[in-house]
Amino acid sequence: MSRDEILSVDRLTMRFGGIVAVQDLSFAAERKKITALIGPNGAGKTTVFNCITGFYKPSDGTIRLAHDDGKVIALERLNDFRIAKQAKVARTFQNIRLFPGMTALENLMVAQHNALMRASGFTLLGLIGAPGYRDAEKRAIGLATDWLRRVNLLDRADDAAGNFAYGDQRRLEIARAMCTEPALLCLDEPAAGLNARESAALSELLLSIRNELGTSILLIEHDMSVVMEISDHIVVMDHGVKIAEGSPREVRDDPKVIAAYLGTDEEEAVAVMEGGS
Amino acid sequence: MTPIPHETTHASRTAGISALLKTAFINALIALVLFSLMVGIRTEAGSDGQLTYWTRFGDLASLVAAVFGGSILIELLRQWIGSTGTEKLVPPAVKSGMSFVGRYLAPALLIFTLLVPVIFYNQRYILDLAILVLTYVMLGWGLNVVVGLAGLLDLGYVAFYAVGAYSYALLATNFGWSFWVCLPLAGILAAFWGVLLGFPVLRLRGDYLAIVTLAFGEIIRLVIINWQELTGGPNGVSSIPRPSFFGIPLDNSDSGLAARLGIEYSPTHRIVFLFYLILALALLTNWVTIRLRRLPIGRAWEALREDEVACRALGINTTTTKLTAFATGAMFGGFAGAFFATRQGFISPESFTFQESALVLAIVVLGGMGSQLGVALAALAMIGGFELFRSLETYRMLVFGMAMVLIMIWRPRGLIGHRAPTVYLTKAQAISSDLVKEGHG
Repeated sequence: MSRDEILSVDRLTMRFGGIVAVQDLSFAAERKKITALIGPNGAGKTTVFNCITGFYKPSDGTIRLAHDDGKVIALERLNDFRIAKQAKVARTFQNIRLFPGMTALENLMVAQHNALMRASGFTLLGLIGAPGYRDAEKRAIGLATDWLRRVNLLDRADDAAGNFAYGDQRRLEIARAMCTEPALLCLDEPAAGLNARESAALSELLLSIRNELGTSILLIEHDMSVVMEISDHIVVMDHGVKIAEGSPREVRDDPKVIAAYLGTDEEEAVAVMEGGS
Repeated sequence: MTPIPHETTHASRTAGISALLKTAFINALIALVLFSLMVGIRTEAGSDGQLTYWTRFGDLASLVAAVFGGSILIELLRQWIGSTGTEKLVPPAVKSGMSFVGRYLAPALLIFTLLVPVIFYNQRYILDLAILVLTYVMLGWGLNVVVGLAGLLDLGYVAFYAVGAYSYALLATNFGWSFWVCLPLAGILAAFWGVLLGFPVLRLRGDYLAIVTLAFGEIIRLVIINWQELTGGPNGVSSIPRPSFFGIPLDNSDSGLAARLGIEYSPTHRIVFLFYLILALALLTNWVTIRLRRLPIGRAWEALREDEVACRALGINTTTTKLTAFATGAMFGGFAGAFFATRQGFISPESFTFQESALVLAIVVLGGMGSQLGVALAALAMIGGFELFRSLETYRMLVFGMAMVLIMIWRPRGLIGHRAPTVYLTKAQAISSDLVKEGHG
């Protein structure tokens, strides 16, 4: 894989019994860029995500992640939590998975578990109240505060996450994923259920994550206004295979993509795709 | 609760009479079916062993009539109170009073507990009962780590209590090791068994986890019964050494504590010492648990209870997180077991039946899963309350069961259901129990 690719998926296949959800899928995500994975319902996008983040073991194929220092990690061989811990891949979920009974701040503190565990001497130093751990906890609270400010939830830091409105929960989940300080951020339909204003704010947040922090982003999304506005590269899937790939402009004009989305009535499809831009 | 417009309330009340009678009639019918065999027909073995029976239709009729009248009464009461909602039943003055009491309840209880041996010095019965209550407070706090924080339903907690008790009993009787050496060993051994139990159940959730932990508790008990050479089987282990005051025995010998201090010997000294010993152990459990909750491991336990998949997505090793929860809970159970052995001086498998596990679990659930104060109050209510109803003899269980049902209707998430956050920026706000998950297993 080339230097400026962070993720390279090669001939990925995922079978569930007799059903082939993903077949021979190959694509790459560039470093410090936003790559979108789109396709109609049931195209296999979330399956690809679950393979990358280790929630599924791929039936075949390889998934390689290259860190900035050149270290290459074979994701298909790691467990889910090791992918987050060692490969530094963070993810959000299509149906939000916050810790509803914990406060927003606590949610972000849990995200920093591994760093804090080391600082607390795997609990022993923390139990006796060692100063090193107290400093580490202060820094963790600092990082969490920073992210709460970025997603505009600072005034609700001490509220239970379960009490948050839907859009706020989406943003908090992204902030929580970012608190793990990931190299690659995977977002599963981050704009689902958001209104137009919230979607615009989300686009802004994702662009700031890419531009200011240089975190690579891979996202699945149905909201074409978000996809077309922020993506650097788009991969289109249908029925488990890749049907197109390219810049937003190239993908928008691709007849195969239009056909996949809206049957064969291309004129109607063009109208919808352009409406989103 | 949104207020219901007056008209609809009125309409539902007038329409209610036929519905009222219908509900009452259905309830009476159910009562008739249930009681016709239980009360209506009485069977007994006759003098020659043959079956004799006679009918009691009078009793049956009065029971069914009572159910009919009772359900009308309850329904009327419900309509009378109904629309206001239960939360409005408590006036605001009482509520603010309760929150005031709530703030000072824990320190007040602690001070009272410290003074118990002073106040009740001459009442051996109360001192013994207080020691028993504190033992269950400690067990409740230990199980709270597993069930309340990590959300792993453990029905075999008594196994660790047994491991701790037998560890001390066997080490002390066979090798003559002192209580203070054996106490940490008992905790370590129990924690070891906690990890051993943890491994096979890592993949299990919910009912399956409960069943396997239940079986584990029984396995430990059956091994103790059948391994006669080591544990003495059903005869148990007797003449377990009493604890010493850091090496100084608490007896009426010349080297005993009383003689050294130059005061008159009294058997109450030992009871008071045991009281403060279990109090110290329980407070240690409490302190460690409160500290752990604020450390990353404690937050990971609670996060595990809330959402295991999200934990893994954040890079938390759920395997070690679960195992540490099992081990920590088991360790406290082991300490309590060692204390139990030294207090009783005799242990047998009969002390470690499933009933004990169920009792400790009931304390945790009744107290409010995860709440330290709630668990302490529940232990006091369960163990102390059970003694309170002793005069009722056979009806004790009935009264007690009804009290528990009422509490669970009134507070379905336990006495103290809300959760206190472990870290805050500006102000710690209690989190409503509706949001806090119970865990998957």
